[in-house]
Formats: sequence, structure tokens, C-alpha cells
Amino acid sequence: MLKYVLKRFLLVFVVVLGVTVVTFSAMHFAPGDPAEMIAVARYGEDLTQGEIEWVRATEGLDAPVYIQYLRWLEHVLHLDLGKSQITYEDVLEEILTRFPATLVLAISSLILSLLIALPTGIISAIRKNTIVDNACMTGALLGVSMPNFWLGLLLIWLFSLSLGLLPSFGYGGIKHLILPTITLGTSMAAITTRLTRSSMLDVLNQDYIVMAKAKGLDARTILLKHALKNAMLPVITFVGLQLGFLLGGAVIVETIFAWPGIGKLLVDSIYARDFALVQGCVLFIAVIFALSNLAVDIIYAYLDPRIRYEKK
Amino acid sequence: MNENWMALKELGENRMSAVGAVIIVFLVFVAFFAPYLAPHDPLKQNLGKRLLAPNGEYPFGTDELGRCIFSRVLYGTRISLEIGVVVVVITALVGTILGGVSGYCGGIVDEIIMRAVDIVLAFPSIILALVIAGLLGPGLFNVILALAVTHWPAYTRLVRGMTLSVKEKEFVEAARALRASSFYILRRHILPNCINPVIVLATLGIAHTIIFAAALSFLGLGIQPPTPEWGSMLKAGIPYLRSAPFLTFFPGIMIMITVLAFNFLGDGLRDTLDPRAKEMLMMRK
Amino acid sequence: MSLLRIEGLRVYFNARGRIVKANNGVDLDIRENEILGLIGETGCGKSILGRAIMGLLSENVEVGGRIIYKGENLLDLSEDRMRQIRGREIAMMLQNPSTSLNPVLTVGEQIAEVYRCHNDATREEAKRKASNMLELVGVDSKRMCEYPHQFSGGMKQRVMIAIGLALNPRILIADEPTTGLDSSMKNQVLDLMSELIRSRDMSMLLITHDLGVARRMCDRIAVMYAGELVEIAPAEKILSEPKHPYTQGLLDSLPRMGLKPIPGASPSLSSPPRGCKYNPRCRYKGDECSEKHPDMIRLGDSYVRCILYKNDKSKA
Repeated sequence: MLKYVLKRFLLVFVVVLGVTVVTFSAMHFAPGDPAEMIAVARYGEDLTQGEIEWVRATEGLDAPVYIQYLRWLEHVLHLDLGKSQITYEDVLEEILTRFPATLVLAISSLILSLLIALPTGIISAIRKNTIVDNACMTGALLGVSMPNFWLGLLLIWLFSLSLGLLPSFGYGGIKHLILPTITLGTSMAAITTRLTRSSMLDVLNQDYIVMAKAKGLDARTILLKHALKNAMLPVITFVGLQLGFLLGGAVIVETIFAWPGIGKLLVDSIYARDFALVQGCVLFIAVIFALSNLAVDIIYAYLDPRIRYEKK
Repeated sequence: MNENWMALKELGENRMSAVGAVIIVFLVFVAFFAPYLAPHDPLKQNLGKRLLAPNGEYPFGTDELGRCIFSRVLYGTRISLEIGVVVVVITALVGTILGGVSGYCGGIVDEIIMRAVDIVLAFPSIILALVIAGLLGPGLFNVILALAVTHWPAYTRLVRGMTLSVKEKEFVEAARALRASSFYILRRHILPNCINPVIVLATLGIAHTIIFAAALSFLGLGIQPPTPEWGSMLKAGIPYLRSAPFLTFFPGIMIMITVLAFNFLGDGLRDTLDPRAKEMLMMRK
Repeated sequence: MSLLRIEGLRVYFNARGRIVKANNGVDLDIRENEILGLIGETGCGKSILGRAIMGLLSENVEVGGRIIYKGENLLDLSEDRMRQIRGREIAMMLQNPSTSLNPVLTVGEQIAEVYRCHNDATREEAKRKASNMLELVGVDSKRMCEYPHQFSGGMKQRVMIAIGLALNPRILIADEPTTGLDSSMKNQVLDLMSELIRSRDMSMLLITHDLGVARRMCDRIAVMYAGELVEIAPAEKILSEPKHPYTQGLLDSLPRMGLKPIPGASPSLSSPPRGCKYNPRCRYKGDECSEKHPDMIRLGDSYVRCILYKNDKSKA
């Protein structure tokens, strides 16, 4: 297993390096003159050429691209993501300030989605093709097809505007967390339910389940001990992936509910064309995503004996 | 070909996918004939008739600039379907070819392509699409580009996996022994086997793309007003959520119905054609 | 003395509107202290028979006839009662140990749980017994905490035997226990099984397509074709003087007899031939064969389902 983990780690490192190159290139090969765009964002439309050139010089945009990249990379390795080109705030600090909000939302959504999806998926699989199964699967399909931004708006309309029960935006206490969590959590639950069901069905068709029955084991033992462990393996991987997405900032949900997380920060900085901030956000998100995927891989390797113990 | 007819028949018997197919046909019809079906010009503003609730003249009401929502929704069908199909066709083609080449050639070509896949997949796809669309600016072409860049890896991984497993089989070795060129082997033996799961992935991909495109527009980074795209219509309706919820209701439900239809069809296709596409949902190695 | 008596067993599947008659009127009994071989081609219905006895058939089947064990018809029993019988009185070793062992549970656990479930043994007792069982089948008990994928094919098969024999059942049903093993491993496994079965006064129903295996192990052999039994006889008799044309064909197809294949293809179980199911491929085929379905004819301690022996009944 150690070999497996090391290999994955190395891969993550290579990929993150690639990510930095891509991020950097994207920013610098975008149409338009970066210096001009920053100058406009800072000072408004009415510019002199001198102001643009000043920006170019001070931001180091006059050097060749690869030098800019190397400079930037060096900073990154010192955990310096630079300063926002517009507000002059430290990028890393901005990001870290916002991260807890995203984390809170991510965890609560994940918990909600698992609470819904796991029991539903398992029961649907056991009662395959019955009314319960069909109803749940139709519900899940609806959930998958419904755009979560629309769901968010519907929920706001219902609970905030019409019933006045919950706040429609902002970050404060549990009350503020409820609607965003439901929005995110139910969309995730829909996909996870379908996956749980299909994974469970696959497992229930396996020979070792028939064998368990042949031993005379009762249904509960077969389900909980023999089937569940196997069925959960792909689900764990998937949920881990989802966590990565969530940590990357549930961009849309954060935007609708004005939830001050990384996703909203990214969107705002794209609007403002604040390159340093965009770069920093994207890099941060990609790294978090990669690390959480790695963590999931390791957990999976630990849980699946076929990977944990090599064949003798 | 006979087995394809049987598959189609079986598909027809699957109620959900039949419903999905019917809805899609209906949507395509709407998209084509929007100019004839729409009662009003979708771009025509009428500031005297802003925010009217649904009535006889304006079946879905009017928006904040007095435009007919029904007409805009109809025209929006065109845009969404167009984006969905174009993105999926491009990514399926490019992704499949890359996957086939990667799997068949192996070695450094495979490594490079797979690293590219890993890098693209290292970002949550919405973030990637956001950044690309955001940097390149708004507009149809940029949206298509941004979405295409995020979606090709799924096909590549799928096809590569299948290529690897088919590569070892005897009939490929036989073909090689007969000195068939790699390209020929790829075309005649490997790729035809991949078609089914790719079709499933593509159908579900259209559903996915339509939501994504709407999301991008919703964030203001995709299709811009006054073009009637469902996502941007949703965005425009937010300030009027309390007073005129119909601005957000109708585009939202259209997105949902469209996506639902493709998901129905895709699910049905998957059950009929190939269970392998399921694994691709995982997107693991 | 019959331990288990199968009377007129019918197992019909409904596959997309067509009825597949996997078992069509099977009469067979398993006697005390015997190893009964059930041979036939793949797809002839022999595994289904094993599963029918254990009550392990899937949902969309129609089952008819009786399977009498200890005075009860197994087909009528409740699921609870069947569960008590499975593993403890009648045990089954499924085909393919690679897929029949749960990959996420240790081998020791997969044996121990049998004890805990039926005997209400404590964890320690069960563990101890499982450990003993492993040793008995020739696997180092230190490997109890290992997982199935860490074992070779032969070892996995031994684990399957340990599971099957754990509770000392009266009957063990072994479905293709030697597929995928090389010949020396095959013999080791067979010898082990033979020794254990004999020493415990058990009976075994050995399902296989491999005549060599049947020859080595069995006291009696039953031959199945297209869902029905065509010949049942003591092993030496059936191997030296096979009566049914199909049995003769099977023996002729062995390497040492010249590898002569049986002409024609296996019949479809959803639309079998009229009359005798073997008639399209039979070298002795007569006019009546495609009209009338032959009954099982008893000839002393043998049974044959063939019109050729209609008049031999008087002898014996």
C-alpha cells in the first residue's frame, strides 16, 4: 500500500505543477492587455498611456512570460500569492479568510446529502422495482435534472420572501446556513442516491452474496456485513470527489445566497478582472481539490483489502 | 445491424426513455420553428408593459423590459439545444479519438494525454469553465469553448479503457499479424465497440452541458442579455423574485424539463446499450 | 437409504416471454454415505438442480415437484426453516471460489461466521473452530486474517471446502469444485474432499462436466441432458458399459478414447426437440424417437431413459 500512496502523491505533485502552468497561461494569454485591464479596474476608463505603462512596470508585466511565471512560482513556493491588483490586499489572506465559510457549507451539505442518499439508495436497491424504488428513483432523477441555482431561487422565494422564515442571504448563524445547505445538499443527494442504488444492486448480484445465503446467514447479516462494505467502496470515492467540488466553492450557491466563501470570491474577482486574485483562487482550489482526492484515494486504499494487502 | 433494431425496440418499451425521446423531439421542433411559434419578437422591448403577470396576450407574462417571456423561452430552446449538441459532438469526437490513440499507442503518447486529462480534471469543472469563460469574455463561442475544454476527458478515459481491453483480444492480434495498419485496426475493430457507451455518455453529456451553460449565463459569464438564454433570464429575474416570480419560474422549468428529457433518454440508453458508462461517472483511474 | 429424494423436479424460467425448462422432471435420490456424481454439459441444468435443493434460485422461477429431506418437502418450507437447513444440514460449495468469497472479509471470518450463525458460538470459539477447520483442509491457520485475493486458486478452493464442511452437514453439494485448477492441484483437492467426506459419514452431490473427476470420486453417477436425467448407474458400470447413447458419446469424446466429439449442438432449453431430447444427435435414432418422449427404464441398479432398452426390463 505504501507504494500505491507514494505513487499517488507524486502524481498529485506533477498535476499541481501542471495546474500552475495552466492557470498562469490562462491569465496571460487571455485577450486584452493585462496591464490595461488592471489599470482600468483601478483607475476607471479614463486613462493615460503613462498610467498603463506604470501598471505594467510595477506589476512586472513587462518581463517575458516565462520569467513572469518563474517569478510567480517562486512566490507561490514561499506561500506568497501576491497582492490583489486592485485592492492591494494580500491574496492568500483573503482566501484564507473566506475558506472557513466554504468549509462549513461543504461539510453541512455533505452530511445532509449522505443522510438522504445512503438509506434511500440502499432501500431502493433492496426493494428493486417496487413502488418505493420507482418513486425514489424518479425523485432522484428530478433532483439531478433540476438546476441547483433554480432550486435555490425557489427556496428563497418560498421560505424567505413568502413565508419569511429564513434569511435569503448572508452569513450569520444556523438560520443562514439552512437554505444554502438544502440547495447544495439535495442536488448532491440526488446523484449519490442513484450511485448507491446501482452499486448496491451490483453487489447483490455477486456470487459471494449467494454464497452467504448458502451458508444459512440471515438477511440482515448478509446486507450489513457482506453487501454494504462492498457497495460503499465506489460511493466513498464518489463522495470524496464531491467533497472536492464543494471545497472548490459551490460557486453558484455561494453567489445566490451571498455566502462569503471562496467560490464567491472567485466569481467576484473574475468580474473585477483582478488577475492576481483569480490566479490565487484557482490555484488554491485546485490544490485543495487535488489534496482531498488524494486523501480519498488513501482512505479507499486502506478500506479495500485488495489494495491494502498485496497478493502473496 | 439487426441487434441495433432490437435494441431500439427495447428502448421504446422502456417507458421513461420513450417519454424522454418524445420530449426531445418536441423541443427540437420548438427550436426549429420558434420564429413561427413565438407570438412576439423576443427582443422587442415594451417599457409600458413591464412585469405583467401571465395573461392572454403574454402567456408567460413580460419581463423587466416588457419583453414576452414565452417568446424568449421558445427562442431560448434554440440556444440551449445548440450549445448542448455542439459541445457534445465536438468533445465526443475529440475525446474519443484521443482516447483511442492513447490506449492503442501506449507509451509516451499515452502518458502525455493522460496527464492532460489529469490536469483538466484537477479543477472542479465549473471552476475551469468559469475561468475560461470569464477570461475570454462573454459570447456563444466562448461558452462553447469553455464547456468543451472541461468535458472531453470523460470520453478520453472511457475510450482509452475500452481500447486497452480490446487491444489484448485475439482478433486484434490476428489483424496485426495480417499487417493491418494501426489506423485500420483502430477504425474497424476498436472504435465500433466503443460507440455504445459513448452514445450513452453523449446523451447524458447534453443534459450536463445545458445545465452548465445555463449556470455560466446565470453568473453573467456566458450568454449575455438581450439574447434570450434561460440561465441569463433567471439571473435577470432575481431582483423581481418577490413581485414577479414568473420571470424565474418559466426559464427554470424549461431547463429542468429539457435536462430531464435527456437524462431519461440517456438512462434508458444506458440500460439497453451498455452498463460500462456507469463507471465513467466515477472518473477514477 | 435415501437421505434426500428429488421427485419430479421442474424448474422453469421466464426469459422475455419464453419459458426455459432448466429442469424438466428430475427424479434422483442421494443415499447415505455416497458420493453421487451429476455430470453433463455446461448449461444442461445441473447447477440449477443444486441451487434448487438449497433454495437459492432467483426470483422469476417456477418450481414444481418435491425435494424430500428428513420427511419434509424442502420446496414447501419457509425461508426461516430453509435457513436453518442451509449450511448445517445441507451445504453447498459454489462454482468459482474467486467470486464466491467476499473480497472484503478475511478468510477466517468467512468460516467463523458459519459457526456463530448456526451454533451460536462465541467469537473466540468460532475463531478457534475456524482455525482448526483451515488446518484440516491443509491451509496454515496463521493465514486466517488474510483476504481471499491473497490466496491461490487451489487454496481458495480449500477454503470453500472448509466453509462447506464446517458444521458437519449431512450432504455437501459441490458445484464444479475443480474448474480452473491444474491437474496436480485438482487431484489434491479431490483427494482431500474424498477423505473428509468419507471420514465424516457424509454424502456428496458432485456436480461436474469433467468425466475424469467423476471417475475418480463417485460411487454413483447420474447423467443429465437438456434438463433431464438420461442415465443413473453405479460408477464402474456407467464408465465401462454406458447404456444411453449420450453417455456413450461423452465417453467417446474423452482424450483417451479418441476425442470423438458428439455431432450436432446442445439443444435449446426453451424449444427442445420433440420426443427424446437427444434424438437429433443420436446414432441409433429410430422413428419413434422423435415422437415419443421415453420414460426412465429401470435395469437392476441402473436407470436409462432410452427406447433401446424397452425390452430389457424383463432381464435384471
